[in-house]
Amino acid sequence: MIYWDIFWAFFISNLLGYGGGPSTIPLIQNEVVNRYEWMTLNEFGDLFAIANVLPGPVATKMAGFIGYEVGGPLGVVIALAATILPSAIAVIILFKFVNLFKDSPQVKLMTLSVQPVIAILLGVLAYQFFLTAFEKSGLLQLVILTAAGFLVMKKLKIHPALVILCALVYGGIFLSN
Amino acid sequence: MKSYVDLTIGFARTGVTGYGGGPSTIPLIEYEAVKKYEWMTEEEFGQTLALANTLPGPIATKMAAYIGYKVNGGIGAAVAILAHILPSLFGMLFMLGLLYKFRTSPIVSGMVQGVTPIIGVMLLEMAYKFADKARKGLGIPIAFGLGGASLVLIHFLHLHPGIMIGACLLGAFIIAVYKKRAEDTSHDLHVEPRKEKSV
Repeated sequence: MIYWDIFWAFFISNLLGYGGGPSTIPLIQNEVVNRYEWMTLNEFGDLFAIANVLPGPVATKMAGFIGYEVGGPLGVVIALAATILPSAIAVIILFKFVNLFKDSPQVKLMTLSVQPVIAILLGVLAYQFFLTAFEKSGLLQLVILTAAGFLVMKKLKIHPALVILCALVYGGIFLSN
Repeated sequence: MKSYVDLTIGFARTGVTGYGGGPSTIPLIEYEAVKKYEWMTEEEFGQTLALANTLPGPIATKMAAYIGYKVNGGIGAAVAILAHILPSLFGMLFMLGLLYKFRTSPIVSGMVQGVTPIIGVMLLEMAYKFADKARKGLGIPIAFGLGGASLVLIHFLHLHPGIMIGACLLGAFIIAVYKKRAEDTSHDLHVEPRKEKSV
């Protein structure tokens, strides 16, 4: 049952993603690429890049697109519902107890304990993209693009969306052999 | 009726102007909710944000859900969420549709190659941010211990990340409860200054 799989993949990734949208990215990747094999890692990477070029939340854009690819319009609805509804309903219900939860040491430590796991997942994912770039475009291009990307995003504080657009243009001109 | 229109405009505007994912839209949502439409006070917004941060999943949609619910109940929540995410989702379907259509073109393949290292840099930066948060909150030994264990278990032994995260959540809950209890009882016994870092 494909719709059940879609629901489960996004429900689980968002339930475990402590730390907002970014923390759900490697978890979505694990379900979509490794577990259900709906797309390759590189296709997932393209999705991530385009999602960052467009405004608005990244995780919901990726959920919507993957839902559409796998299950058509109904797939979009299911993927989005699984992404948004559980935590949206929880925030409405729990608001009544807000003062009980906000400063709770349990919740704080629980959220913190997940951060190293997410960091490793993202780090491994980053490594895989560097490896792909090395295999496809060679060491020279990898070093140039990585160094340039790091420099303009971190040092010059150019917005990632703009950097991605520039990288697309650069690749279209210099790497299309 | 006007409140639905306001919700739609307010959240559509924050959805299409907030570049850089959910967290970057938070100040924009605050502007619409507190200053422009006065749906809530600044203090209430801060409280909602704090609560939303303790729950898993994307942050911006949680805020949209609560604010929409406060203004117009369940339908208000649905309107706010959809207004926030749909415009950019359509943009995404359109752009990727175009990219997939010309997938075999050497130019598109070059574009994908160009962007791959940038994806790596962005993911690495995100990884660094999470690692930094972990180091500050948990201290280097615990953060690195958990990170090392994750690397071995998830990457090399192919454990599902959910099991690792579930174990962390459970462990943290038990430790926090135990610590709190020890703290409560030790208050009466002795007043030794604690060396523990406050988180």
